[in-house]
Formats: sequence, C-alpha cells, structure tokens
Amino acid sequence: MEFVKNPEISQRFPDLHPALDARAAVVEANRCLNCFDAPCMGACPTHIDVPGFIRKIAANNVTGSAKTILDANVLGASCARVCPVDVLCEGACVLHGKHQKPIDIGRLQRFAVETFYDAGGRLVLRKRQERSQRVLCIGAGPASLACAAELRQLGFQVRVIERRPLPGGLNTYGVAEYKLRAADSLREVEMVRGLGVEFETCDVDTASLAQLERDFDAIFLGVGLGAMHRLDVAGANSASGIIDALKFIASYKSGTPPSIGRRVVVIGAGNTAIDAACAAKRLGAQTVTILYRRQRQNIPAFDFEYDHALREGVEFQWATLPTVIAASNNGLALTCVTVAQDATGRLTPQPGSEFTIECDALIPAIGQSPLLELLSQVRGVTIERGRVAIDRATGQTANPKYFAGGDCVNGGREVVDAVADGKRAALGIAAWLSNQKRNSAEEHRG
Amino acid sequence: MADLTTNFAGIHSPNPFWLASAPPTNCGEQVMRAFDAGWGGVVWKTIGEPIANVSSRYSSIDWNAQRMMGLNNIELITDRPIETNLREIAEVKRRYPRHAVIASLMVESTRAAWHEIVKSTEDAGADGLELNFGCPHGMSERGMGSAVGQVPEYTQRITEWVKEVARTPVLVKLTPNVTDIRVIARAARRAGADGLSAINTINSIIGIDLSTFAPRPNVDGKSSHGGYCGPAVKPIALNMVQQVMADTVDGPPIPISGIGGIGNWQDAAEFLLLGCTSVQVCTAVMHYGYRIVQEMIDGLSNWMDESGFATLDDLRGKSLSRVTEWKHLNLNYKIVAQIDEALCIGCQLCHIACWDGAHQCIHVDRVSGPVDGPVELHPKPREVGREKIAVTPMPRLDPPKAHIGPYATPLERIPRVDETECVGCNLCSLVCPVDGCITMVERPTGLAPQTWAERSTGTQGAPPQGDRVNGL
Repeated sequence: MEFVKNPEISQRFPDLHPALDARAAVVEANRCLNCFDAPCMGACPTHIDVPGFIRKIAANNVTGSAKTILDANVLGASCARVCPVDVLCEGACVLHGKHQKPIDIGRLQRFAVETFYDAGGRLVLRKRQERSQRVLCIGAGPASLACAAELRQLGFQVRVIERRPLPGGLNTYGVAEYKLRAADSLREVEMVRGLGVEFETCDVDTASLAQLERDFDAIFLGVGLGAMHRLDVAGANSASGIIDALKFIASYKSGTPPSIGRRVVVIGAGNTAIDAACAAKRLGAQTVTILYRRQRQNIPAFDFEYDHALREGVEFQWATLPTVIAASNNGLALTCVTVAQDATGRLTPQPGSEFTIECDALIPAIGQSPLLELLSQVRGVTIERGRVAIDRATGQTANPKYFAGGDCVNGGREVVDAVADGKRAALGIAAWLSNQKRNSAEEHRG
Repeated sequence: MADLTTNFAGIHSPNPFWLASAPPTNCGEQVMRAFDAGWGGVVWKTIGEPIANVSSRYSSIDWNAQRMMGLNNIELITDRPIETNLREIAEVKRRYPRHAVIASLMVESTRAAWHEIVKSTEDAGADGLELNFGCPHGMSERGMGSAVGQVPEYTQRITEWVKEVARTPVLVKLTPNVTDIRVIARAARRAGADGLSAINTINSIIGIDLSTFAPRPNVDGKSSHGGYCGPAVKPIALNMVQQVMADTVDGPPIPISGIGGIGNWQDAAEFLLLGCTSVQVCTAVMHYGYRIVQEMIDGLSNWMDESGFATLDDLRGKSLSRVTEWKHLNLNYKIVAQIDEALCIGCQLCHIACWDGAHQCIHVDRVSGPVDGPVELHPKPREVGREKIAVTPMPRLDPPKAHIGPYATPLERIPRVDETECVGCNLCSLVCPVDGCITMVERPTGLAPQTWAERSTGTQGAPPQGDRVNGL
C-alpha cells in the first residue's frame, strides 16, 4: 500500500489529546510524588522509570528524560500516544488514593520524547563490543523493532524483514490517526534503523525460511496476526460495500480513504471496531452504528475507548446479530436478530425479532485470525490455540533457534506489550547465543 | 470579631499589616491604593538624596513549578526628590489620618544630614521614622544602609542623632547580615530607639544563567549581590525576631515589627506569637498585589475568634517562652511514627526517606494474605516487584485483580514502622503526602522529665552510668 500525502486526513484527524507545552509539562511533572518503587513503573510492561523521567522534566533535563524513556522502551514515542494509560501507569498512580487526578504520565512521556526527537535527538548506542552473530526478525512491527533495537544495543547484527511496503506494523497501518500518525511511526522506525538495524521488504515461504535459518544464528518471530475474521453471514462474500476494519484504517491512514457513504455499520465492539467507527465518522459518515451481539458491560474495548466513541457521535446497538447481508436499492440491507444472553453467557436469537438496517458501508471488526499458514511452515515451533507457545521469560519457542513475541504470542494486545515481549526475547536470544558460542568453543577444545 | 487595632510604640494603625519599605510604597498614589485595599500602615520607600538605579533589578528562584519562592533585588532607595516624597506623605496623611505612615530614612552619616531629614519628614506629617540600617546592596558601598547596621557603634551613634530631634517614634531596621543580630539590637536600644524592624534582606546571589554564565539579575552581563526576601527567608526571620525579643541583656525588649517572607495570615500569626507588634509585607504584594491583605485580615481575625483572642495583645509573644536552648529540652520525651494504613496511598516515600535519610526503621516487608500477628514479618515473596511480567489488562481477557487486604492500598505497599528503632525524628511525617496519615505519637518512657543541663550536672535524675557529662 502506497502512502499518499492527503492534507484532508491530517485535517480530519487532529491529535485527540493536545500536547503539553514546556511550562505545562514542568507544572505537571512537579505534581508527581516521586514514589519509591513506583507502582506506575511496575504497571508498565516495559518498566519505564516513570518517576525518574518525570523528575528530569521537572528539572528541565528533557534530553535526559527522553533517554531514560527510550532506554526502557525504544518505541517510547508511539507508546506515549497509544498506550491505554488508564489501565497501565496512570491507573496505578497513587494519587487515585488521594482522590486526585493521576499524573498525566502519557502526555509527559510524549512531551519528553517528541521534544527530544524534534530537536534532532537520536537513539544512542550503548558502549559495547560488536558481535558477529546474526539475528533475523520477521515482521517489522513493534515487537520486532524492540527486539532488533535491544539486540543492536547488545552488539548483534540484526536484519528485519517485512512483507508490507512500509515498516512499523500496526503502528504504521493500524492505529487511529488521531492517536498516532503514520509519519510518527515511520520516524520511530528510522531511529531503530539509525542503531544499525537492516530493513528489507520481502515475504517468506518454506524454502526461504530454510535458507534464512542457515544464514542467521537466531530468528525472532514478530509476525503479528493475519487478516481479520470474515463475517460468517449469508451474503457476506458476495455483497460489495464491505471492508474490514484494519483494511479500512490502513487505507485512510495511507491517504486514500475508501468511499463509505452516509450510513456506516460497524460489527464488533473491540478497540479496533471503535477506531474504525470513529474514523468513519470523521471521514464524513452521518450515522455510524456499532452492532454488538452482547451488552455494554461485555464489550472487549476499554472503557475510555467506549466513552470516546460516544463523544464522536457513534451509536451502539446491543444484543444485535446480523444474519443476512443483501444489496438493496441504495446500499446494503442488513437483516439482524435480537439475541438474548443467559447467565452463562450463551446467546440465543429471539424468534420473530428480525429487523433490517440499511447502510452504505459495512465494516466488520471481529478480530484477527492467526497467521497459521505462515507459522505452520516454521519447523518445530508449537502453536497453541492459534498462538506461538514460548517461555514467558525468554521468548524462546519449542525450536530453540526461534523466539517470538507480540500479537502472534499474546493473541493481540497493546503496542507496549509487544515492545516488552521483543525486549525480553532480545535478552533471551543474547543469553542463548552466548551459551551456544561457549558450548561450541568447548566442543572445539574437547 | 477580633480587634486588630495596633499601637506600635505610639504609632496607631487599624490593623498590624504594614507594607515594608520597598517598591510597593514608592509613591503616594500607590500608598493610597494600598490603604484602600486594607493595609493598616506603610513604611514609605526609603527617602534620601535621590540615586540612579540600574536595570534590571529583581530576580527570583522558583520551586517545584511555583514562582518566586525567593526574590532578590538590587534596587536602591527612592530615585525621586525628597520634596516630592514629603509632599506626597503630607497628602496621604491628610486623606488617610487613621492609617500609619512611617518614613524610612537613609542619608549620609553626618549629624546635620540626619537632623535635617528627620525634621522635614516629621513636618510632612509622618507618624514615625524607620532608620534604614539594613539595605545590603549598593548603599552599603557608600557607607550607608547595612554598612551602618553591621557596626553597633555606628548604629548607636546615628540613632542617638535621630533621637536628639525626633518627635515621633523611631524604629531601627536591622540587617540579618551580621553574626549576632542581638548586638545591633542592643545598640539601637541603648541609643533610645522606640522600636525595631527585622529583618532586612539577606545578602544573596540568586542564581547563574547557565547559558550566559551571568548571575541574575543581569545588568549588561554582570550582576551584584542583592537582598534576598520572600517565603524562603521566613524561618531565618522568625529566628532572628525570637533572638531579639528573648534578649534581656540590656533590659526589656522594645516593640518589633516583623519582616521576612510573610504572605498570609498564618505567617503573620507566627511573627505575632514571637512578640511582634506589627508585621511588614513586601514580596507577596510584589507577586499578587495589595489585595492579599483582605485574606490576611480575614484569616487572622477568624483564627483569633476561634482561639478566643480578643485583641492582638492577648496573643503577642505567646510562643516566646516555648523557645529554649537545646540543653533545656526533655530527653525523656519519646515519640514514634505511626502509619494509618487506611489513609496510606502506598507511595513509600516514608520508607525511602527513613532508609536513606534517617534511621532505617520503616520497612516494606508486609505481604498481602494471612498474617501471624499484628505485624507481618514474612520475607517478601520473590514474585512480588517489577521483575514480575506485567501486561496490559484487557477487559474480558483479564479479570480484574482480586484485591487482597483490608485497606485500599495493597498491604505489600504499606510500610511498617519498627518502633524499637524509631527515634521520633519526624522525617517520615514530613515527607508523607497524605494529611494525617503518619502521626507522631507519644510513647511514655516512665521516666521523669530530664534535660541535658540537668543530666550533665546531676541536678535532677542522675545520669545513667557511663553517660558522658560536660567537659569530659
């Protein structure tokens, strides 16, 4: 997918949260209590030294602050914008216990890293020896980027391969533009490239995997998830006007939004569904309705995402299941039924409850399928319930040469989880490769 | 409603809140606006032979994103002609007869010059005189200001000259830039001063601009030491006021007007409790304007009503007897820190402050779960802490973590005080961000009160065996 400069997109998707200016950042930083063994730090999957970087902002040491953040989380810039801070660092802030607003950690982090990058700051390689061992990261999303950066910091030679034209994974293609612009994701990738990581655009298959296994000493799988689930509804395959949420988001982010008309229906109530629904609204749809088969309290989306959707004017229709999709005179006709949910959560369509919703575009957002076809080609790696099985502490798979992290391991969580996985795997890879080297040296001596 | 009227050595004002001699009292127009706002008196910006000033003049130090914790200035005395100031004093007194106008004076150190300025100022209608022997910058280089106030003989001689002709009360304003402020206060008293003002500003360099290496305030690339004031100096001022008011070497103390970092009614109350008859304010007005006096009047009178003080005389000096030498403090008084778990938010600042900065008696070793006694002493489980792999909790996928323990904060984050090691230093209660969470509670020792003075001389309750006594 080519990226086209489209000023209308930046105009329709301005920052959801305004940036802090320098003075506001210092004032906010000074509210921080500087907890010892701070709970925010423990709640962050990458364990950023939050009180440490905030104290540096308070002391006008923004460069030091950014370096503290990036040292723990190489994607500190995008995480500052996309992390669900309410359930992470800010959710853990002790100020809740005083019935006060938690520290605005996300925006402080964004202030530090963006100020640093805007002033020409770059990631700095720590002092270490170059090592000859080569590691391949498959996929150029957050997990691989974090793994690659950490491995470079440890001196390894790293290549990242990606099948899409641009690196960054969902940070580039899948995050709502008002949270993170594709350009910001790409800038972050450039920072990782600046550490000496090689990037290459190519796909892998069984044959190339065999070659890559010979060329590299270890391989990290950061392939993420595959295409979105298709609607299992009569007419879903034949009707036009259906575009899945990730494709929809990727196309508008790359500057060429599809035509969606005036009435849009989104199916599913996860975070991606909400991103798609809000985007449809911003792209000019007059009504955007999210259909969800269960109730408000069952939605997979975060509460703050739900609230945001309401503020954007998205409507929700609960306990609704589409059964038939058909072309109508002016768009799509969606036949739906109302479903009842019993105490165990089982859903039963209510007889006689059929009704029709007309729309111009239908956006299914019912989750992504695992990349089973690709993963099945990886020799010796165990797949459990569609996820790559790993040792949690090291990221190592059943095939010791392969490590994995990110959505392909956790089934689809947050950017910061992928970064943490990638970092842990990098340390796991480094330890394993050092062991391998020692063992082979001993064999030679023996 | 408490009576705030003030009689300072014969100078009457509707309340004890005076503006200090400084930029807020530079001219009649300002002073009249100040009286309209509620100020009880002003000390007119120091009158003398007009000088030339530099720009810039002020600089400040911020603290935790709050502006002007401390201010310093290198502005000199008035730059307006003596006649202009006197004409305006006369006009102010005509319009505001009930308010106090005290003229601050500084002229060259000759008897004639002082006689001349005293007479003309009193003729203009000033209710009293304040001799500026304190200004630490500029004027001191010309033999005035703190150059006088740092030498007891000069202070005494010039005060005597003034008293030879003065018909109104004479206050001597003391500089803190001396080894022992009491020596200068005694000199003023010996010369017959009717009152004192303390403290003037403190010698200071407020800071250095790290991009130009020039100290602030920057005057064409250079600076000079300036007078420091504002909230930061209050504790120093309180100490000096107490020293002067508790000093009876040359007889009973004379009235004092307290100055130094006063910005609200509580600050003022503290100075009054240490014996001040009035208080003077400058920096807070330079920051927020004359209007702040309304809060000061309101706050002080509400507190007086609630505390049962009808007049300022009822509370003046009440804390003086509570300040003593260290050797008269009770060694057998013991307090320990107590943490209210229900209020604790788990910031653990008390723990690290005690651990690194005090006496290592606040521990973080409590665990959530069953306990054996009042204090849990299990070793911390290895899994607890940030080594644990943290993930973003997703609704539906991850049920909310079960809360363990009886308090809002997980037990493992609530610190514990080891009372046997606690020395009662207060530090934890000072750093605790939650009001009332850490209190210092008395633990009766069962011993009669005993001071170091008593213990070391054996006058009461003989010192325990092996305890050192003075001189050994």
